[in-house]
Amino acid sequence: MRPVGESAPRKDGPDKLCGAARYIDDHPIPGALFGVTVRSRSASGRIKGVRFDPSFPWAECVVADARDIPGKNAVHLLGDDQPLLADGVVRHAFEPVLLVGHPDRATAWRALENVTLEIEPIEPVLTMEDSVSRKRVIWGDDNVFKTITIKKGDAAAALAQAPVVVEGVYRVPHQEQAYIENQGMSAWFEEDGTLVVMGSLQCPYYVHKALQPIFALPAEKVRVIHAVTGGGFGGKEEYPNMLGGHAALLALKAKRPVKMIYDRTEDMQATTKRHPAVVRHRTGLTKDGRLLAQEIDILMDGGAYMTLSPVVLSRGILHATGPYECPNVSVLARSVATNTPPNGAFRGFGAPQTLFAAEMHWEKIASVLGKDPVDLRRRNAVKVGSVLATGQVLKESVSAGKVLETAVKRSNWTAARRAHARWNKDPGKPTWRGLGLSLVHHGAGFTGNGEVYLKSRAGLAIDRAGRVTVLAGSTEMGQGASSTLAQIAADALGVPYGSVSVERPDTARVPDSGPTVASRTTMVVGGLVRRAASDLRTALAKAAGRAPSGAPAFRRAARKLCGAASERRFLAEYERPAGLTFDDVNYVGDAYGSYGFAACAVELEVDRTTFEVRLLRVFTAQDVGKAVNPRVVEGQIAGGTVQGLGWALLEQCVYKDGALQNPRLTDYVIPTALDVPDIEVAIVEDPYSCGPFGAKGVGEMPMDPPGPAVAAAVFNATGLFLPTLPILPERIQEAADEEAARRALK
Amino acid sequence: MIRLSVNGRRRAYAGPPFARLIDALREDWGLTGTKEGCGEGECGACTVLIDGEPANACLVPMGQLDGARVETVEALGTPERLNRLQRAFAEKGGAQCGICTPGMLMAAEAHRRAKGRKDREGICRALSGNLCRCTGYKHIIESVSAALKGKK
Repeated sequence: MRPVGESAPRKDGPDKLCGAARYIDDHPIPGALFGVTVRSRSASGRIKGVRFDPSFPWAECVVADARDIPGKNAVHLLGDDQPLLADGVVRHAFEPVLLVGHPDRATAWRALENVTLEIEPIEPVLTMEDSVSRKRVIWGDDNVFKTITIKKGDAAAALAQAPVVVEGVYRVPHQEQAYIENQGMSAWFEEDGTLVVMGSLQCPYYVHKALQPIFALPAEKVRVIHAVTGGGFGGKEEYPNMLGGHAALLALKAKRPVKMIYDRTEDMQATTKRHPAVVRHRTGLTKDGRLLAQEIDILMDGGAYMTLSPVVLSRGILHATGPYECPNVSVLARSVATNTPPNGAFRGFGAPQTLFAAEMHWEKIASVLGKDPVDLRRRNAVKVGSVLATGQVLKESVSAGKVLETAVKRSNWTAARRAHARWNKDPGKPTWRGLGLSLVHHGAGFTGNGEVYLKSRAGLAIDRAGRVTVLAGSTEMGQGASSTLAQIAADALGVPYGSVSVERPDTARVPDSGPTVASRTTMVVGGLVRRAASDLRTALAKAAGRAPSGAPAFRRAARKLCGAASERRFLAEYERPAGLTFDDVNYVGDAYGSYGFAACAVELEVDRTTFEVRLLRVFTAQDVGKAVNPRVVEGQIAGGTVQGLGWALLEQCVYKDGALQNPRLTDYVIPTALDVPDIEVAIVEDPYSCGPFGAKGVGEMPMDPPGPAVAAAVFNATGLFLPTLPILPERIQEAADEEAARRALK
Repeated sequence: MIRLSVNGRRRAYAGPPFARLIDALREDWGLTGTKEGCGEGECGACTVLIDGEPANACLVPMGQLDGARVETVEALGTPERLNRLQRAFAEKGGAQCGICTPGMLMAAEAHRRAKGRKDREGICRALSGNLCRCTGYKHIIESVSAALKGKK
């Protein structure tokens, strides 16, 4: 049996099932101090002083502040605006100001109760609206991190002539990644001055790059090691740059190793969240529902510093039209600063925000036109040959129609909607029932020229005994990357899956394969591993005189190939597939090499007394090109779907004065096993010619469709159009009360 | 002095009585298989068995454990010799990032020993104190179901 396409057991399974896998807090670090962070309570202000309570044993502690930073006080990412430690000014609640280390963990935590920051408040800018109107300028000249526009045809002219124009405003909130393992890092300096950082992270080479300017160290004097990571979902994409810098700074000052492990409250208060967004649509259509023009305005809240906001905005705008073809499109997208903790990467990376708006807008259009929302999607969905808003022509692997029809069929669309309408008419029933559906696309890999700039490398090592090891900087954080890359290598080499192992990501041992983000690992890094395997296969055949067949011949060939060396390495570097071009100033061209497509159908009921929502059935069809490991892919889809259902129905970040008020899993509620039905998954495989074995991305896409499908189902059940997530019972009740008041007036 | 059994081994504990069981397990005895996700009994990642009943090790003070029998994930099996429940998780993909897995396994083990309901609803109730952010619970429930039914 060939490894690709098999539901092979995960490489990381046995250790994780026995409690033997070592996450960062499980690694004993001899002699380490435990580090904690003194943070601002204020959203905006000037630091006037620091008071240390003299009754606390400060002599046992090491305290570091911005003055201890040997290099630049900036956490390098897209910009250098975010300081590692606040220097004089704080720009958001929970901004780090001081670091304290103590040999005893409990004592270190207690230190936080014995230090007070004196901050002179400056009036904060807390909302996107206040930021756009420049109530006060808090970032750059105009509070805007990034503006992007996309133009196709002439939307204004087409709207002026369109027989039907439908407008809508949609709002989506923050979301907490809520990985179950909180963020954590350890750091120490080797005798030769090399800084070593080990921790829970997605992107070892991001941390590697960020630490160099902070400590004024050359690349070869920084080493970053991946510990087993208990979930990331984007939350461990950029924040580990900050936490790694903190642990390293304390280690430098203390001249001892340092371990820093956040507790849940600190993790939720201080680390990044999904960007909230407001999306406005103005759409022109023919009377039978064909798209003529889309005018879209996107506003995202980036928080106090830039982090990844410009690229989140980029993915957001590129998905804003939904998977539909429209001759005239005009989109304006802006990401703005507020005095709130910076928002950052979270599975989907801007696309769930804009796709919620695009899909809910179809529900509105359907009700205005009196048409079936599925028919409208059918009529406008992209197919091979369609031209997207950037002018990109879709040439292959376009399965919008297929995933839509699968979801329509499996959800029993027409009959179920009819049955629910009958049920809802009966005043004796305790609930209203509804069925909603959404259709999305999701670009795989970095946007535009991103992959070209990354120049990712990955490959294989083979030793004299014929042992093959995958060398990639891609991290395993639960998504199945290590097993997937091993399956690709094994298949391309013609050896069993069990005979291929995967090197732990460590910048001293693996090449820079780019970050583990953007649904790129299987498609991009897997593609590199496959090319390296093909080179290795050729080299083995050359060394042995012919292609080795069977394990003993493979081992002999390996011995010959290695010669006197203990191992040989075969690395491949990214090459852009021929024919792709993107203008990243004007947003014209091939934004992504390929797109996945997904449809989701949600059937639910709303209690007529309490307005509680109970999910009855969730079905989703998702095209991933090729499922390298179907069980792993199904796990990604089921998990992402439930994360999307949580965003739609349960999860709410409550802020007051720019500070999160519910930083606990007790009052920030994520779904339990009892909150969701069995997620029914259909994997669709419409291969992409440039992906390994046809594979496209899978990681992020499942997050996109549940939100709008839930809101559409609530609309179908209750007749209440809720353009804002999350749809909590009290929101439905408010909408019902407003609707009743409107009716009473008539 | 508090005397208890941990994974069948006798242990004596002389530290502060209000110290949490999870800290004694992880820091004093090196049993790092038990994970801390929230520290307030909400996520269930630290689920262990105390006298056969599932409990959140982050909420239990050592002072309550004199004479108790504590079992953690390390008691179930080893990577080379997985027990039936662990094997089912390996085959059905019940562990993704793995941080909730030890707690899930202990909650499922308690359910199995109590001869709890084998249907989906029964399994979901047994696991409802354990949060997972990766799987959407699908493969966890399939794993537990397979182990309870004795199917491969």
